[in-house]
Amino acid sequence: MRKFSKLLSMIALALASPAFAQLQLTITSGVTDPIPIAVVQFGATAPLSGGLDVAAVVQRDLESSGRFKGMARTDMLSKPTTSAEVMADVAGWKQMRVNYVAVGRLASLASGEATIDVELVNVLTAQTILSQKWTVQPANLRNGAHRVADSIYQKIIGVRGAFATRIAYVSVDGKAPALRYQLIVADADGENPRMILQSDRPLMSPAWSTDGKWLAYVSFERRVSAVYVQEVSSGKRSMVSARAGINGAPAWSPDGRKLAVTLSGNNGNLDIYLLDLQTQALTRITDDPGIDTEASFTPDGGAIYFTSDRSGSPQVYRQGLGAGERPKRITFTGTYNARPRVSPDGKQLAVLTLDNGAYRIAVQDLSNGTLQVLSKGRQDESPSFAPNGAMVILAGRERGQGVLQTISIDGQTSFRLNADAGEVREPVWGPFLP
Amino acid sequence: MKNVVLTAVLMTSLAMLAGCPSKPKEQPAPPPQQSTADTSGVDNAGATLDNTESAGPSGELLSKRVIYFDFDKSDIRADSQSVVAAHAAFLAKNPSQKVRLEGHADERGSREYNIGLGERRAQAVRRALLLQGVAEVQLSTVSYGEERPAVAGSDEQAYALNRRVEIVYLK
Repeated sequence: MRKFSKLLSMIALALASPAFAQLQLTITSGVTDPIPIAVVQFGATAPLSGGLDVAAVVQRDLESSGRFKGMARTDMLSKPTTSAEVMADVAGWKQMRVNYVAVGRLASLASGEATIDVELVNVLTAQTILSQKWTVQPANLRNGAHRVADSIYQKIIGVRGAFATRIAYVSVDGKAPALRYQLIVADADGENPRMILQSDRPLMSPAWSTDGKWLAYVSFERRVSAVYVQEVSSGKRSMVSARAGINGAPAWSPDGRKLAVTLSGNNGNLDIYLLDLQTQALTRITDDPGIDTEASFTPDGGAIYFTSDRSGSPQVYRQGLGAGERPKRITFTGTYNARPRVSPDGKQLAVLTLDNGAYRIAVQDLSNGTLQVLSKGRQDESPSFAPNGAMVILAGRERGQGVLQTISIDGQTSFRLNADAGEVREPVWGPFLP
Repeated sequence: MKNVVLTAVLMTSLAMLAGCPSKPKEQPAPPPQQSTADTSGVDNAGATLDNTESAGPSGELLSKRVIYFDFDKSDIRADSQSVVAAHAAFLAKNPSQKVRLEGHADERGSREYNIGLGERRAQAVRRALLLQGVAEVQLSTVSYGEERPAVAGSDEQAYALNRRVEIVYLK
């Protein structure tokens, strides 16, 4: 059996190869008055491997948030690489109507690592407000650039940026019934896609572990459904639930020890169970003849939110995991509220709601029950919060093809991720990485 | 493309290497019930399952293998009762014949909830067959939700063709 699992991990590894459907990021709406910033091309003591334009990645990240307008390089009159050089001509930058100038320097260390030195100048106050250095493996230079953008975003906006995070999604291409399903992990901006699994049968419901190292998902590769967990870095995977009937909707407990799963058994009654990944012990959480599915844990792990049609139509309920706790209905707006996802601070719920005949993503404030519709499509689905809680990523449809979209919680900014081929769906935003 | 071939090669060699249809160790205590079909192995079961479909019986009603459903409904419509009855009679007469009931939903709404709707439809057909004398061991169900549409498209016509249960005869 051990040998067998080893072979399985080899398959998953063999499948882990780069670049399939490439995503194109398009900003679809931004704030009316974005903050003007100049991200000057970084200086380099020696050309770094790959020659990545780190400043360009930083500028693109900031612009994708919809809150910044990057200055075109052709408009820049000089190419400073230190804050001192910016300060020497701060009046000139002010005249160019930028509020901030970011400058930086790349260098290679004897150890082979690369360093990124960044300074951020507030042109209006003529002050250096950020001076930070990152040391990264040359292969992770792009991730380093995203971390720079995270810091600049936090310094100016006051909220930690989520650019140096990853998303997972399902990509589907081919013509029915000969479809090819792929599970892909990419940077939050859609770049750097890596296929971690491929199948000619449906793959669905990817879910990140809280430490961002593992994905759980449902695969129909055996024709029937089964839940798997897979380590993203190594490709190692194991089947954790292949019981009679449905094995679906995995969600990790915050401590990473348990998975909430939906099981039906032979009689077809979907209920939610907790599966202990170490002991394989199974605890029943819901017990109702209706469909109970799509569990999402609260950040403290003390409760789950889930979809149930016990009232006749799908609505969201909360079930505390302590002894003797009763389920409590949470959504009351309209006839369809499903697929709840709890925000990182536990104060909001993203749901799929039926809004004037269209399936859209809404956010419900858990303190007062107010539901605010965020998306504008007709068939939006699969909401997932960014780890900073500022945005939601979701799947929508455009000309019959699945595309991904992010929308800020205030509804002001959004961007779209299209695949160059086939369709993409079920995006899940991973956690902050250490 | 290379990966497809590689996968196929790996899968084939895996199926050959893993000739042990042993019950997997990680198979924990079952929830409500556990079918024999699901305990036959870990991933090598996939290779076995792939080859189990058969042509099944012929005849005007018996060659109809798809039961359609109304929106958000899982009761068998009047126009499908005769087809279900014909399969029930055939299966009752052939107790060694097994079928898999594959439930599907249209693409609207959430994916995992649609898995539930597909299962509900598969169970409706299963119950009808059981009531008409088919034995439990002859029947298994699977729900694909909206994941395997019969036809592409986002209109009422496509939706109607995708809300279905397929009766798949097995060897």
